[in-house]
Amino acid sequence: MASTLPTLPRALPSSSSKPSSPLVPFRSSSLKFTTPTPFIPSSISLSSRAASFVIPRATPASHGSGSTETLAKTTFHGLCFVLKDNIDTDQIIPADKATIFPSNQQERDEIASYALSGLPDSHTTRFVVPGEIKSKYSIIIAGENFGCGSSREHAPVCLGAAGAKAVVAQTYARIFFRNSVATGEVFPLESEVRVCDECTTGDTVTIELRDSGGLLTNHTTGKQYKLKAIGDAGPVIDAGGIFAYARKVGMIPSPSVA
Amino acid sequence: MASSVISSSPFLCKSAQKDLGFPKPSQISVHRCQKRAISRKIVSVMAPQRSSSATGSVKTGMTMTEKILAKAAEKSQVVPGDNIWVNVDVLMTHDVCGPGAFGIFKREFGEKAKVWDPEKIVVIPDHYIFTADKRANRNVDIMREHCREQNIKYFYDITDLGDFRANPDYKGVCHVALAQEGHCRPGEVLLGTDSHTCTAGAFGQFATGIGNTDAGFVLGTGKILLKVPPTMRFILDGEMPSYLQAKDLILQIIGEISVAGATYKTMEFSGTTIESLTMEERMTLCNMVVEAGGKNGVIPPDATTFNYVENRTSVPFEPVYSDGNASFIADYRFDVSKLEPVVAKPHSPDNRALARECKDVKIDRVYIGSCTGGKTEDFMAAAKLFHAAGKQVKVPTFLVPATQKVWMDVYALPVPGAGGKTCAQIFEEAGCDTPTSPSCGACLGGPADTYARLNEPQVCVSTTNRNFPGRMGHKEGQIYLASPYTAAASALTGHVTDPREFLQ
Repeated sequence: MASTLPTLPRALPSSSSKPSSPLVPFRSSSLKFTTPTPFIPSSISLSSRAASFVIPRATPASHGSGSTETLAKTTFHGLCFVLKDNIDTDQIIPADKATIFPSNQQERDEIASYALSGLPDSHTTRFVVPGEIKSKYSIIIAGENFGCGSSREHAPVCLGAAGAKAVVAQTYARIFFRNSVATGEVFPLESEVRVCDECTTGDTVTIELRDSGGLLTNHTTGKQYKLKAIGDAGPVIDAGGIFAYARKVGMIPSPSVA
Repeated sequence: MASSVISSSPFLCKSAQKDLGFPKPSQISVHRCQKRAISRKIVSVMAPQRSSSATGSVKTGMTMTEKILAKAAEKSQVVPGDNIWVNVDVLMTHDVCGPGAFGIFKREFGEKAKVWDPEKIVVIPDHYIFTADKRANRNVDIMREHCREQNIKYFYDITDLGDFRANPDYKGVCHVALAQEGHCRPGEVLLGTDSHTCTAGAFGQFATGIGNTDAGFVLGTGKILLKVPPTMRFILDGEMPSYLQAKDLILQIIGEISVAGATYKTMEFSGTTIESLTMEERMTLCNMVVEAGGKNGVIPPDATTFNYVENRTSVPFEPVYSDGNASFIADYRFDVSKLEPVVAKPHSPDNRALARECKDVKIDRVYIGSCTGGKTEDFMAAAKLFHAAGKQVKVPTFLVPATQKVWMDVYALPVPGAGGKTCAQIFEEAGCDTPTSPSCGACLGGPADTYARLNEPQVCVSTTNRNFPGRMGHKEGQIYLASPYTAAASALTGHVTDPREFLQ
């Protein structure tokens, strides 16, 4: 692996001082992003987890052929948890925990407490401290083939339930990616380089999404990385999941109509 | 290296913007065929460019998968990259994911909603059955309620956990049960809430695993949004050596292309070797397509397929085949006669090694079971080797038949060349554990009281499908994936062992 990987020059006026607190969003005049607001479609009641995943529209909705809808700007900010390649679903959530049924909050908390508990003991830093429900890491950074293995949705669900907002992986296994989009539990993003080799668990990062892709800023190292555009999954995420998308394109009727 | 690959000129690919299965809001139209960049880690070869008619309206050849999806989407033509709404022929779910899928279905379609077709849903409890875990048991009860309410025709229920034979409806492992009960048919679209749903591709159909949310959607609509995958073709020719099994073939292939080598792609298997395989061996091959990241696996149906299917269902089907001028994104050729038994060493299904090169690896136990290696022919193979060897196993050898039918075959069918002895008799003479109740068992660990669960950091040779850390229970467990022959041979020596030690 190359020792230096290309990184973007900082697009912002140089700021020699670090943010005063890890919780202060990193703002700049050259980047516009809005504060996320909850978006719950009135015609369907999604479970509360949909609100963890908010996409206000930056441009008016477009209709008809020709113009493509844009994935509005969204940011995620927090501490990152770094993993390497081929993290399979059994490491994300051990298979014996699949009996937990996260339809009620109590079991949702329970499955959250087991998020990434399948990692070998060589991972001395736990994603969720034993005895707790939430993780202090809201962004997961991983290598290739993240989420390989099972089709069980418990994998993205437990990550979202534990407080993860986004995953930045080099590549994904397809079922996990699809389940992430379908459930809306975590936002699955792809990096262009091996970000997992350049970040350390506990680094403070910001992710800013744009129409043409995204930007990952590691405030601890000062480096920035381009993220790939979400592609065809964008409209589904934008709509609020596969059901909302299907209603939007007229594949299924809205419940209020039935 | 025993395999050889076709070389052809390099191929200009579009840059790899990852589009992943959902259409742009503008109308869905036939796209120009898009080829993807193959991951830099994989040695890949491309098929030569096929007929290059410039006009978009000319009908181009399609692969099997493209044809199946086109028909299911009621389109005359699709190309890889198209995002289409597809009609589903069969939806399968089990005890672990069924409750979640039905829960989502009700949440989205209403408490009083009815499934799209109660005869196209097959509910097969199989994962965590023979356990005292209350939640696992609860899941089967929940499915019973849903099936009752929705009048689901095919619910392979179990109520008496103490004696599986007291449950006439209970089958066992879903992917094996689907085949045995005649739910797998050429040309159809089969989805399941389990990653190994790809097993059914052995029947020349499109079969893939989905999550609960997608399944909830299918339950209500009978449709799913899919992106047409490009097809990688694997041509296997040559006579299958007597010591080699389909498990060796797929481990060979996964070792070749890696655990992400087929991500988002179809793996199509053909060639003279494939034609010589039984249905169960073809199922083993397609079963592990997901371990290479594949979206689906597919084998052209033939007389072997029709014979199997027509003995189990009278539902009409229409087989499809790849056109002669179809485009494949990669071509691999294997001379099977040159291959040797292989294992996948801990902790990845692509960590391939020759079995004979692992003969110094001391093992603690052997596990023969699962959708991958717990079918009737898998047990027949193990029994054949035990009988040929005439020795006793040196380590605990756990036998978990996949379904009730497999269990009965193990006890009833005579093993060829064994003077009328059944598998069960041979296993007993060899000192194996008694074949246990059929289910997924310890393939994925399971609740703490699961039979044969790996609760210590031991070394296990297993006929199952994954060996990531903690797969069978203990995080430090070391799992060597192997064929039934290799597993049986290893049981006899207490080390990872090439089956030729006993079979030639």
